[in-house]
Amino acid sequence: MKPVSESELSEMIVAAEGPFRVVGGDTRPVGRVVDGDVLSTAQMSGVVDYEPGALTLVAQAGTPVSEIKRRLAAEGQRLPFEPMDHRGLLGTSGEPTIGGVVAANVSGPRRVQAGACRDFLLGVRFVDGMGRVLKNGGRVMKNVTGYDLVKLMAGSRGTLGVLTEVSFKVLPTPPSRAVLLIEGLDDTRAVAAMTRALGSPFEVTGAAHMPVGMDGDPVTMIRIEGFTDSVEYRVGRLRDLLSEFGAITVETDPERTAAGWRWVRDVEAFHERAGDVWRYSVKPSDGPALGEALREMGAVAVLYDWGGGLVWALTPQGADMRPAGLRGHATLVRASEETRARLPVFHPEPLAIQKISQGLRDRFDPKGILNPGLMG
Amino acid sequence: MQMPEPDAQLMARKPELVTRLREVLPDDAVIFEEAETRAYECDALTAYRCPPLAAVLPSNTEEVAAVLRICHEMGVPVVPRGAGTSLAGGSLPTADSLILGVARMNEVLDVDYDNRSIRVQTGRTNLSVSGAVEEEEFFYAPDPSSQLACAIAGNIAMNSGGAHCLKYGVTTNNLLGVTMVTMQGDVIEIGGAHLDAAGYDLLGLICGSEGQLGVVTEATLRILRKPEGARPVLMGYDSNEVAGQVVSDIIKAGVLPVAIEFMDRPCIRATEAFAGAGYPDCEALLIVEVEGSDAEIDEQLGVILQIARKHNPVELRESGSAEESAKIWLGRKSAFGAMGQINDYMCLDGTIPVSQLPYVLRRIGEMSKEYGLDVGNVFHAGDGNMHPLILFDANKPGDLELCEAFGADILRLCVEVGGCLTGEHGVGIEKRDLMVDQFAPDDLEIQMAVKDVFDPAWLLNPAKVFPLEASAERRAA
Repeated sequence: MKPVSESELSEMIVAAEGPFRVVGGDTRPVGRVVDGDVLSTAQMSGVVDYEPGALTLVAQAGTPVSEIKRRLAAEGQRLPFEPMDHRGLLGTSGEPTIGGVVAANVSGPRRVQAGACRDFLLGVRFVDGMGRVLKNGGRVMKNVTGYDLVKLMAGSRGTLGVLTEVSFKVLPTPPSRAVLLIEGLDDTRAVAAMTRALGSPFEVTGAAHMPVGMDGDPVTMIRIEGFTDSVEYRVGRLRDLLSEFGAITVETDPERTAAGWRWVRDVEAFHERAGDVWRYSVKPSDGPALGEALREMGAVAVLYDWGGGLVWALTPQGADMRPAGLRGHATLVRASEETRARLPVFHPEPLAIQKISQGLRDRFDPKGILNPGLMG
Repeated sequence: MQMPEPDAQLMARKPELVTRLREVLPDDAVIFEEAETRAYECDALTAYRCPPLAAVLPSNTEEVAAVLRICHEMGVPVVPRGAGTSLAGGSLPTADSLILGVARMNEVLDVDYDNRSIRVQTGRTNLSVSGAVEEEEFFYAPDPSSQLACAIAGNIAMNSGGAHCLKYGVTTNNLLGVTMVTMQGDVIEIGGAHLDAAGYDLLGLICGSEGQLGVVTEATLRILRKPEGARPVLMGYDSNEVAGQVVSDIIKAGVLPVAIEFMDRPCIRATEAFAGAGYPDCEALLIVEVEGSDAEIDEQLGVILQIARKHNPVELRESGSAEESAKIWLGRKSAFGAMGQINDYMCLDGTIPVSQLPYVLRRIGEMSKEYGLDVGNVFHAGDGNMHPLILFDANKPGDLELCEAFGADILRLCVEVGGCLTGEHGVGIEKRDLMVDQFAPDDLEIQMAVKDVFDPAWLLNPAKVFPLEASAERRAA
């Protein structure tokens, strides 16, 4: 089903007898498989309002991310949270939508400095499991009127409601960028280097480490963005700050730097390679020990973003890769349907939190028809 | 502003409540003598006062849990209180309620520079969080103007902002994890030092829930390295329209100042008389601040000054020293005090789309004449968060009511142009009855349903946020 409007969507949900599998572009099938009629927001598409001088953009949920990027680029602006494109990693096709980005709270390398999707999301409109058309937040940057259901909807993966409209704070795209590259560091030294860079006043907007880089050797990448002179100044200061970690090369070519961070953002190192993919969110200083534990458990490859706080692992199929005593959480991003039915995709919650999560689902979707079972 | 009738039966059980609270807390942490409970009769919305049944000052999470279990069992409403600086009446008690103050819980539990985070008990004041990491040149970014006094607990409850949030975001963007006690007395952990939530974003839901979902006792906050420097520039213009255009042009040019502050003529005149900061006598004044090294500041200010000049400023003053910077900020920082010098005032904080600034300021000016009450505007222009200050005379019968009616009209105007009732102060009791102007009944219903999940008996800060009529059934049940 592909409703063209909020009211049509509402009618469909009111009339529904069975469950729905709610999708935007269906490019991020993460979570337990949902057995239900496909309900797509793709026909509710288009930018509703864009004010470059106010840094705000409102779009219907089914609007392709590519269209939004195009509109923003024409005004020299961007989505600051650098959303990942999951198609290569998950082997999906189709057009990622902005609603899908919000539903999965998808962010990229810049999350470490700028914030996540949820941090830039100003407002939502959605239809809940009873067909009620609801709104929360708005299109202004500061808003504490009532509860923040905007954050709750971000990352709720269509289990609390079907998003119809989303509004964002956007930011100017800086004219210049540079990437400092350090080769040959082990994971612990790499996280130490990234920690020093991120703890500096030089506004690092990306810090990633690939134990096996594009050319096979370990590479640590640190990104700076801004006005040209400022970037140059900060590169100089960071060079001094990081000199003890080895030789540093600096890449400033726009295309090569963009390709490098796309490679990090989309986890291109794991594309077209067999195996499950796990994603871990941890305290950055816990990253290297986690990487080591994962290798001992059989992980084929590990890589680090967010200064060590985001760990991706390529692992043998079907294995439970949640180490005992993990502080933080793990998501099984890519696996067979059988594995996703057997292992919890999202991190198991303590009982008290489980009760709250279930309580919220019961209020937003009492009939249990929106992506039932997807998140628990 | 109405408050619900206190429950006489509950009030009659005060001796039992006090006895039970003293079983789980040290004697000096339970306040019940009438002369002493008066200290908790109001917050910074001083027009409304009511001493609570009793107040408690627990020292840790376990004590908070023990208190909440007792209140849950006895059905006593609980009003959480940080430092009591709410301008919205967020911690105004009712006569049958218990004030739960976190003021004694002010320890720093862990500073972790490597992971750029600090863990504190939530009674700690906002400014002293930055103070705890100052020696390593770090700071905690959200900076509400009450930061010397206000507590992190209240910052989390109201999702507080500040002057610098255009660049650094508000509380919710800088909060990584909490320990929270539910009304039933269960202790739950949400988030931690890692960056994103597992499952639903409960952290985002709790932040800004005005103490209605749980009592947050500990928090992990993001800390940042201080910028190398900061420098403001002051500009004056003949009209609000032009000043609004300058703001928009600066943002469009790709510069992201750390703050853009706006003052209108009534406010400029008041602060000049009070603080003598040497502001020009003009229609609209902007203070724009940027950060970085000296060279980076020069580069950004170069762009900003070029835009500023294009719009024919009546004054353009770039700071050349720390003293000059302080002088530029002096008037802005004393604006509230200056207005208070003239008269009693009510401070609103509606937010509007930036493009609507000139229209909204004009309308406020017109309404000011209709109501016969003066109003000055000082606000965070970069994010559209207005702070109209309406002057009134508390000793003149009917003036407070007139002022409240004027304020309500301004807030309705904010909603009408696509904005909202409150950008950083919270709803509390002050804007409770205006919620129907921003939200449809179903929008309020789903929010109240969220409270049902956390606090089914509606005992936590029950008379706030939602219009009393809308929440009546739930509070009675």
